[in-house]
Amino acid sequence: MSSTRTIRRAKAGTTEPAWVKWSLIAVALGFIFLFLVLPLAAVFTEALRKGGEEFLLALKEPDAWSAIRLTLLIAAIAVPMNLVFGIAAAWCIAKYEFKGKAFLTTLVDLPFSVSPVVAGLIYVLMFGAHGWFGPWLQANDIKIVFAVPGIVLATIFVTFPFIARELIPLMQAQGTDEEQAAQVLGASGWQTFWHVTLPNIKWGLIYGVILCNARAMGEFGAVSVVSGHIRGQTNTMPLHVEILYNEYQSVAAFAIASLLALLALVTLVIKSFVEWKFERDQKAAADLPPEKPLA
Amino acid sequence: MTAAVLQAPAEKRAPKRVLPGFRLTLGYTLFYLALIVLLPLSALIFKTFTLTGEQFWAAVASPRVVASYQLTFGASFFAALVNSVFGLLVAWVLVRYQFPGKRIVDALVDLPFALPTAVAGISLTALLAGNGWIGSLLEPHGIQLAFNRNGVVIALIFIGLPFVVRTVQPVLEDAEKELEEAATCLGATRWQTFRHVIFPTIAPALLTGFAMAFARGVGEYGSVIFIAGNMPMISEITPLIIISKLEQYDYAGATAVATVMLLASFVMLMVINSLQAWQRKRAGA
Repeated sequence: MSSTRTIRRAKAGTTEPAWVKWSLIAVALGFIFLFLVLPLAAVFTEALRKGGEEFLLALKEPDAWSAIRLTLLIAAIAVPMNLVFGIAAAWCIAKYEFKGKAFLTTLVDLPFSVSPVVAGLIYVLMFGAHGWFGPWLQANDIKIVFAVPGIVLATIFVTFPFIARELIPLMQAQGTDEEQAAQVLGASGWQTFWHVTLPNIKWGLIYGVILCNARAMGEFGAVSVVSGHIRGQTNTMPLHVEILYNEYQSVAAFAIASLLALLALVTLVIKSFVEWKFERDQKAAADLPPEKPLA
Repeated sequence: MTAAVLQAPAEKRAPKRVLPGFRLTLGYTLFYLALIVLLPLSALIFKTFTLTGEQFWAAVASPRVVASYQLTFGASFFAALVNSVFGLLVAWVLVRYQFPGKRIVDALVDLPFALPTAVAGISLTALLAGNGWIGSLLEPHGIQLAFNRNGVVIALIFIGLPFVVRTVQPVLEDAEKELEEAATCLGATRWQTFRHVIFPTIAPALLTGFAMAFARGVGEYGSVIFIAGNMPMISEITPLIIISKLEQYDYAGATAVATVMLLASFVMLMVINSLQAWQRKRAGA
């Protein structure tokens, strides 16, 4: 009798009264609505304020097109570069023990804590007219800063850790047993990677790639410093949004911005899907019947 | 340093070295890291050392620059504080309660990570300006949120929002309900249980989230410049100072201020690292 009462009391003690619960939910949702839903809705409303025709017209503009093409090109170079690095870094950090490992991991994360503006500036100091390699580059007629290579470098810098930091904890958690088994069975290094490691890390890999891609396409501060803002040549989509906005072409600015917002939404959908898949795989693995003990 | 790193594994026992590719992957990692991150960052440090002490001091301690530090660090601190309170609330609601649309809200929390900062900047400005949805409601009452310091704080709240939620959420999920039950059986009220049992468990994660949101806010540029109004001495952030010095070809000045920012980010990185170590120790204990 008294024990059932204790249990009921314990149950009541781990939940809140309904009015507290629903007030907390209301406040949290209100905050989300104000800070996330409204800004997102505003992008699309502002883009369509003067109707669909104006919207399409803004997207058909040649400068807008070249900004879209440049953004796609930048992401197509920066993301694969960081993908290869991410896999290499995760392999050596997660699968081996060596001195200075913690320090190396911190260095990999370093670009996240550097301001994007500083990230742009360091490339100007290296490759700009007054920079370390400036005179040599000028003599050989190579342009890095205020040209596409500079934008690529700055983008690689700001998206540097994305894929590595998704893969490192994942590969650490998986350990090296399966890879060692493959080695013992005679697989080569590449075979081991393709057939054992890669299937194990595929969801983490996709996760890292889409986040890296979203940031690469949307980067503003770092790219703004190295781009030089030459319309039709070194203008990425976010930079084009800024130019149009400062020229009071609000509808055109929000039209380009709405494409970037769509990219963000697609990123979130894929991310949720990957998380769901990953959880399901984990659960399926956990639900496997335990192996029979030796009789 | 590099040599020490490369030689270390040779001393390890043989079974550890069964997997191939250590030299290749570590070599490539160090090469790429040096090329993309370390070399350019050292260019900044070297450039700073070419300045005289006076030049450096004049650039980093002029009244306009000092005002920008106060704004950048102050607004980041305040925004991170707001995010700690609401981020904890959102994490709590997402972990502990069921309600319609929960999955969508959970996915939406990451929007500030995925939405380009320039887009966030212009859309927040459109909302809060005098003719915007929110601005038009508040302006008649004399409340101005855009084109001043309020705007800076609001943009930084948006940017830092996911950090606290995403650091606290997993810790809350792993928290043992049995402890709460025990507290209640021992006569604690729900508030006492939260204050003395739940809160100490999530405190390290909350602090980590706060520090991450703060660090992100200090470096943020894209979302802030549209909404800040950028008035010198009043609403001009430090990254913008670097950009305007660059546009005036004042490379020395830009470098000096950037070095101060870089040192600040090193300090914050170390703080975040030790907070995370503390959190792991707490979780393991």
